[in-house]
Formats: sequence, C-alpha cells, structure tokens
Amino acid sequence: MAAAGRVLLILALMSSVYGLGASLYGVRAGRGEWVDSARRAMYALTGMAAIAFLILDVAFITSDFSYNVVASGSSTTTPFFYRAAAIWSTQQGSLLLWVMLLGFWSSLALFLTRRRVREIVPYAQSVLFGMAIFFTGLNVFFANPFDTSPVPPPEGAGLDPLLRHTTMMVHPPMLYSGYTLLLVPFAFCVGALVSGRLGAEWIAVTRRFALAGWLCLGIGLLLGARWSYTELGWGGYWAWDPVENAALMPWLVCTAFIHSIMIQEKRGMLKVWNASLVLLTGTMAIVGDFLVRSGILSSIHAFVSDPTLNVSFVALITVMVVGSIWLVTWRRDRLTSDHKLDSLISREGVFLIQNLVLVALTAVIFWLTFFPLISEAITGTQTSVGPPVFAHFVVPLALVVVVLSGVGPIIAWRRVTLAKVRRTFAFPVAVGLATLVALALVPGVTQHVFAYLTFGFGAFVVATVAQEFFRGTQARRAMTGESPPAAVVALVQRNRRRYGGYIVHAGVAVALIGVAASTSFQHQRYATLKPGQSVHLDGYTVRYVRPTASATPQKISFGAELAVTKNGRRVTMLHTSYGLYPSLDPMHQIGRFLNTSDGAQTESRVGLDSGALRDLWIVISPNLGPLQKLVSTGDVKIGRALLAAQKLPATQQASELNTIYQLRDILINELAHQFVAHPWASTFLLEVSPLVMWLWVGAIIAALGGLIALWPAPRRSQRGTRLVRRRRVAVPAVDAPDTASEPVRERELV
Amino acid sequence: MTVAYLLILVVLAGAVYLISAPLRTARRSDDARRLAADVDELEAEREAKYREIRDAELDLRTGKLSEADHAAIDQSLRAEAVEILHRLDEAQGAESERIPSPS
Amino acid sequence: MDHGMDPSRKRAIRLTTALTAALLLASALVYTSFASGHDELTASQLLKRARPGKTYVLAGTVLSNSVHRNGGVLLFRVRDPKLKVSVPVRYSGEVPDPFAAGRGVLVDVRKGGTDAFVGQAGTLTTKCPSKYQAASGSY
Repeated sequence: MAAAGRVLLILALMSSVYGLGASLYGVRAGRGEWVDSARRAMYALTGMAAIAFLILDVAFITSDFSYNVVASGSSTTTPFFYRAAAIWSTQQGSLLLWVMLLGFWSSLALFLTRRRVREIVPYAQSVLFGMAIFFTGLNVFFANPFDTSPVPPPEGAGLDPLLRHTTMMVHPPMLYSGYTLLLVPFAFCVGALVSGRLGAEWIAVTRRFALAGWLCLGIGLLLGARWSYTELGWGGYWAWDPVENAALMPWLVCTAFIHSIMIQEKRGMLKVWNASLVLLTGTMAIVGDFLVRSGILSSIHAFVSDPTLNVSFVALITVMVVGSIWLVTWRRDRLTSDHKLDSLISREGVFLIQNLVLVALTAVIFWLTFFPLISEAITGTQTSVGPPVFAHFVVPLALVVVVLSGVGPIIAWRRVTLAKVRRTFAFPVAVGLATLVALALVPGVTQHVFAYLTFGFGAFVVATVAQEFFRGTQARRAMTGESPPAAVVALVQRNRRRYGGYIVHAGVAVALIGVAASTSFQHQRYATLKPGQSVHLDGYTVRYVRPTASATPQKISFGAELAVTKNGRRVTMLHTSYGLYPSLDPMHQIGRFLNTSDGAQTESRVGLDSGALRDLWIVISPNLGPLQKLVSTGDVKIGRALLAAQKLPATQQASELNTIYQLRDILINELAHQFVAHPWASTFLLEVSPLVMWLWVGAIIAALGGLIALWPAPRRSQRGTRLVRRRRVAVPAVDAPDTASEPVRERELV
Repeated sequence: MTVAYLLILVVLAGAVYLISAPLRTARRSDDARRLAADVDELEAEREAKYREIRDAELDLRTGKLSEADHAAIDQSLRAEAVEILHRLDEAQGAESERIPSPS
Repeated sequence: MDHGMDPSRKRAIRLTTALTAALLLASALVYTSFASGHDELTASQLLKRARPGKTYVLAGTVLSNSVHRNGGVLLFRVRDPKLKVSVPVRYSGEVPDPFAAGRGVLVDVRKGGTDAFVGQAGTLTTKCPSKYQAASGSY
C-alpha cells in the first residue's frame, strides 16, 4: 500500500498542475467549463491526499515499521491515540497533513463560491493550486512519507514522550488549519487584484475564512501554551520562542484585518491597507511554517535544517512578497477610498489606530524573532534577545490594544457627540477606575505598573461588553416584550458578528488579566527536600510526604507526593513524577532507561492544583545517583547472561532469554522499590501563580465568541428588500413618517 | 499489491470522471458570466448596505447615536441602498435578456 | 467633532504623528536589541572571545558521555558544530526534559574561575529531537 500512497501523491500533484493550467486557460479563453473542471480537480486532489493520509495513518496504527516514518516516529508500545496522531510528528507526515487540509479548505471555499465572484475565482483557484503544487511537490520529491525499508526493524523508535499529551496531538492540526484557512483570503485577494473586481464581493467571501483561520490559529496557540505549562516542566506557558512567535504573527495581522475590513465594508476606506494586510497574513502563514521546518533559528521546536526545503520555502516567500507588492502597486488606482476619515474620535478612527498598533506589535515580534539572523548579517555574529526584551515592547503596545478593544464597541461610526461619549463611557470608565482604586489598596500591586494597568483596562473592557449586552437587550425587550434571556439570545442571533466580536473582546481581556497576574505576581523557588521535610512559599507550606515509583519494561517513573497546607489547613495533595523511557540498547537492559546519549527519553508529570484564584504547580527532579550502583551491577549481570545465551543452541535460547528478561524486570522493579524505601533528597521546583485559570477561561470565551461571529446568519435579504422598497416609494415625501412600515422596521433591525 | 492497484485505478477513474464532467456539458458564454459577476457584486454591496442600516439602528437603540445623527446617517444609507437596488435591477434585467435558458 | 481645521491639514498632521511614532519605536527597538542582546557563540568562538563578566549564549550539541550530576549541579560539555572542540559547562537550575547528550542546546554562560563556563539558571533550552536528521559521526 506504500506504493499506492506514493502514486496517489503523484496523482495529487498532477491534479494540481492540471487545475492551475485549466483555471488560467478557462479565464483567459472565456471558457467557464475549464474553470469548473479545475475546481473539481481541487476536490480530486483533496480526496487523493485524504486517502494517502489514511494509508499512512493505518500504517502508524498497525505499527507497520516497513514505513521509515513509522519506524522513526512510533512503536508498538505507543498508546493507540498517539499512534494515530504520530503521523504529524514527522516532517513527511506533517507535510501530508498540510496538503490534505489545504485541499479541504480550498475545496470548501471553491464550493461555496462556485456561483459567486465568478471573475475572481479562476485566479484565486490558480493561487491555491500553486500552493498545492508547492507542498505536494515537497512531499513527492523531498519528503516522501511512503519510503520503505526492505528489512523493517522489529520495533520503532517510539513517539517522543513529551508529545504524548492530548493537547500536543491536536495542536498541529489546529495550527495547520489556521495557516491553510488564511491562504484562502490571500488567494481571493490576489484574484480580486488580478481581475480588477475590487468591490464588496471579495470581502464578503474572504471575511469568514479569515475569521475561521484566526480562530483555528488562536486555538492552536492556546493548546501549545497549555502543553508547555502542564508538560514541559519549566512552569511557564509562553517563552517568546521563534516557533511560538511564528504562529502569533499571522494571528495578530489577521486580527487587524478582520477589524479593518469592517471599515472598508462601512465606509469604502482602507482598500490598499486591507489588500496589503490579507496578503501579509497569507505570507506570514507560510513564513510561520518555514520557521518551524527550517531550523534557521534556534528554537526548542525547530526541526533540523534541510537546505532543500529552506531554499524552496525562501523562493515561495519571495514570490509571495514581490508578487503582493507588485499587485497592490499595479491596482492602486482601483483601490482608492470612497470616503476620507472625518475624525479619529469615531469607530473607524479607533479601528485604524488599533490596526496600526497591531501591525507595530507584529513588526516588533518579527524583528526580535529574526534578530539573530539580522545581527549576523550586520555584525557577523548571531545575537539573541531574551523574553525581557520582548516584554519591554510588547506589553505597552498590548495595553493600547486592550484599551482600544473597549473603546471601539461603544463609539459610533462616522460621528460622535460629546454628550454621547459621556453617556456611553461613564459606566465602563467608572468600573475601570474603581478597579484601579481598589487594587491600589492591595499591598504590592501598584509596584507592577503594567500589570496594574492591565487589571484596570481589562475591567473597563469587560464593563463595555456588559453595557452593550445590557443596552441591546433593553432595546430588544422594549420592542418585543421578550424575557431577558430570550431577548439576549435573539439579540446575539440577529447580530452574530457584532455580539460575537464583543464576546471575543471580553475573553481576550480576561485572558490578559490572567497573563498579567501570573507573570507579575508569581512566586517560585527551588527546594531540595527529603521525605518529611517542608518548604514555604507565598503563605503555603509544602511537605514532601513520601516518594513514589512505578516500573514496567516500557517506563520507569520516580515521583513524590506532597501535602500542601495554608495556615494549618489542608489545601491539596500534589503528585509529581519524572518518567524515563528506555533506548533500544540491547546490552544495557537497565542502564538504557537512564542513558540519554543512546536515545533514552524523559518526561515530567507536573503536580498541578488549579483554582479560580491561583495555581499550585510543582515538578520533581529525582536524585538517581544512589541507584547507579544497582544499575551498573544489573547491566553487567544481564549483559553477561545475554552473551552466554547467544552461544546456546536455538532450541534453548528462547527459554533462556525469557528467564533473563524476567530477571531484568525484577531488577527494574527493584530500582523503583529502592527509590521508595530510601529517604533520598529530591529537588523540586515550586510555583504559586495567581489567576492562571483566567488565561484559559478567557481564551475559551474568546473562542466561543469567534464561533458565534463565524456562524452564518439567517437569510435576511428578502426582508431587507421589502424594507427599502417601501422607503423608495416614500422618497418624494422623505420627511413624512412611514408609519405603515415602522412596526416592521423596528422588529427587523434588532 | 492487487488491492493497491485496484485502489489506484478506482481513484484515477473517479478523478477523471469528476474533472471531465464540466467539459462534457454546454456552458454559458463569457458575456453571460460577466453579467452574472456584476449581479453578484451588486448583491454583495446590497447586503453590506442593509447591514449598515441595521447597525445604525442598533447604535441608536443602544444610545451611541442621537436621533438627529441617526436620521442623517439613515437617510444617507437608504439613499445609497436605493441606488444599489437601481443598479441591481438594471444588471439583473441585462442578465435575463442575455442569458439563454440552460439546456 | 473637530470642524475647524482643513481636512487635508488634519490628514497631514495624522500622517506626521504616525510616522514619528513609528520612527521612535523603530529606533528604540534597534537600540535595545543591540544593547540587550547576547552574542550566540559556538564552542570554538566562545573559547576565543569569552571575557570574564560578560554573558554569552552558547549554542551547540551536548557531547556524548559528558553528562554528569554532582549534587544539584549538572556538568556537561557542548561541542562545536564544525570543529572538534568542546567547552565544559557547570549548570545549576531547571533542566528541560528533552535535555540529553547528542541534542542541540542553548544556554547563557559566563566565564567561570576555572576552565568551566557557568550556566545561568533557567536559561538552558534544548531542541526537540529531530526524527530526520542525517546521521553524522560523533566524537
């Protein structure tokens, strides 16, 4: 079946080439049937990629080690769920996932637009096929997932234990969905620019895919942060690592875009800006994937540097950048604004400032991420900057974005009066100020100025959203007499974009409050403890109750149970452990668990107690020195026995080996027993972090808001037509009240 | 191996059938396609304008706009909507005149 | 809200303000990057250039059979990617789970009193082990 998989990839590549050619031929020759045929080629490509993916996934699930990627990325002892997901832990498998998702989202976009934007679609299709050719080509020529070995190994290398975490298995598909979704608006923007069709249409088609891409990327970022916090054993969730930044940058630019297109929709302004933003978003998505795969920047995530891949990606990014600049410059006459900005004190003014700040934020992160390469180009030496430098610039800019996210919803389009500003700002500003005043009374809070301001601004944003919901519900109830819950539901249903967006703002504000609190007010310490000993941290007493251990031939785990009390009252019990997975070294049956130079792997299980107001976090670094003598003795004994067994006749070998492995298992269990029986000291890293939960909850709220904003609204065009036609009839007497339509009109709009 | 060959054959045959289907049926002319594109664009503009009218109404009801400001904005938006509807009527008329009924 | 000023003058003021802000931000960014950054050096570069009291980022691969623990201190050697040179590092602090001999690491170091370089706590990062790195001879 590996051959079938390879052939399917080649057919997918051929389908992409056909699709590109047919799209361009169809539009240039005015033969629409060729454009339709090309669209179906995208469906075919998706199907082929999906079948190829399935073939490879079955190979992983059945542990078919004749496939090289399966042998390098999985093992018979890897749990089923992780075997099924291990496909994208490899370069080849992850590229195949990219191709499949690109095909899927492109097919969806082309299906939804099969009767719309007819002059844009052929060019958009061509761009999407170009991307498909690139990624499928990489799979076919440089990173073939269907390479096989004639003599498969009896066992695979296994999945890195750090990746055996649910969030880490879902994180790549979410990120890749985000990246590939963002290529859809990119493609349609190119199509609009090439065709010259730069009206409202390409925006209407583009917006939902941009929002979906934003949502998927955001969920991917959140899952990565959660994995880092609960699995990596360093106690944080964001390290400004290049690969983290690679996904954050397109997410920020996309955030700017989904706001600024509203300005184009309402006022016909910022056309050049919007086109540039969406082209930049798509380009940053490819840059993000390049950063992860290329290894050009030192990162804990980056795969090894592959020169062929690097050159290919650089070429693609160059084409995208140069092509984007040329297209926007060529079409600048058709991108002139219909109106000018009257006042910065308006919603469009606030959105514009927010856009500029978001792009500035992206530029800062881009500069600092690539600074090692930039400095090498200038000085000849790679210079890296640490997280404090990022925070120095990112935090103030992020604060501005938070404030604007509160101002934007409560300010009107086009014109604002001072009286209205006073009325709409009074409550949220009062809440923000009250928060700042209350927190100023808490000792130590004001010393962390940015965190303090974040709390106040975050409260301001939440208050604006609450006010919007309250007023909208009141307005609806005044017209319909619905109960408050029914009015809220109907309000959101009829105005999904607006109220979904408000929920996103509230969620982001809550999340940033969590970030500010957990980074500025965290307490952390190392402690070396023997069983029975205690350490104090931020008012908590943590006592090392007893060591724990477990052992199987696949994993040895050394841990600890710790009791946490505060003011003499029991808070929780925490359990943390350090797991060791063996290498494939046949001669050191015990030592191969500890000898990382031969491929042994480790993982930490964090002891975590999460609460609404604080997290208690602990991780162990067990002292394995006292076990070394037992390990060495065991290795020598078993090594000798294995060598002796190899000299036995074949008929006796199997039973002798069985006996030896049973002895091995006894010795492995003895290691665990020794660790538990002796009061050796272990080193712990402890953290008390306030409001971490608010980060996760805020992010979930934001994701829900994004889903609501994304959900298609019921069709309203027929009602809208009747509404305006009635008005058109009344145009000669525009000042006369149109009482016949008033009741309909009011019910229509809220 | 037989299963693999069979799979490839089925997929290839299916893809060829799917991709060639539009080439085997009669299509609309380039003019008809362009007129349809004009109608699509105007319908998108119309929907966007309706959304603006609704949003302005909601801004009034939630206290962000005064009655006088809303009246001015609403009148301007409705006039723009009427203009779009006029152009849409003309485009739809031109489209229905040009396009033969599908065979 | 402002009715007095000529619109084109307003736009000119806004553009000037925005460009000035961008220029200030860019200048601050460039200055801070070069002033606060740490040179990322290989083992051979570190041996040549390291001066006492200055922090450097040592980048390289952990040498096989060089990892030992002495109480709470981790001792290992980092080898140069191209030359047969390695430097000893004494590190006390959080050790990431992926840390192992043969893996790529970054660690902030200062020149210690002895031959070893002293790693700064909390700065040791390790690359994810690659599944498709071309096999190379180790020393």
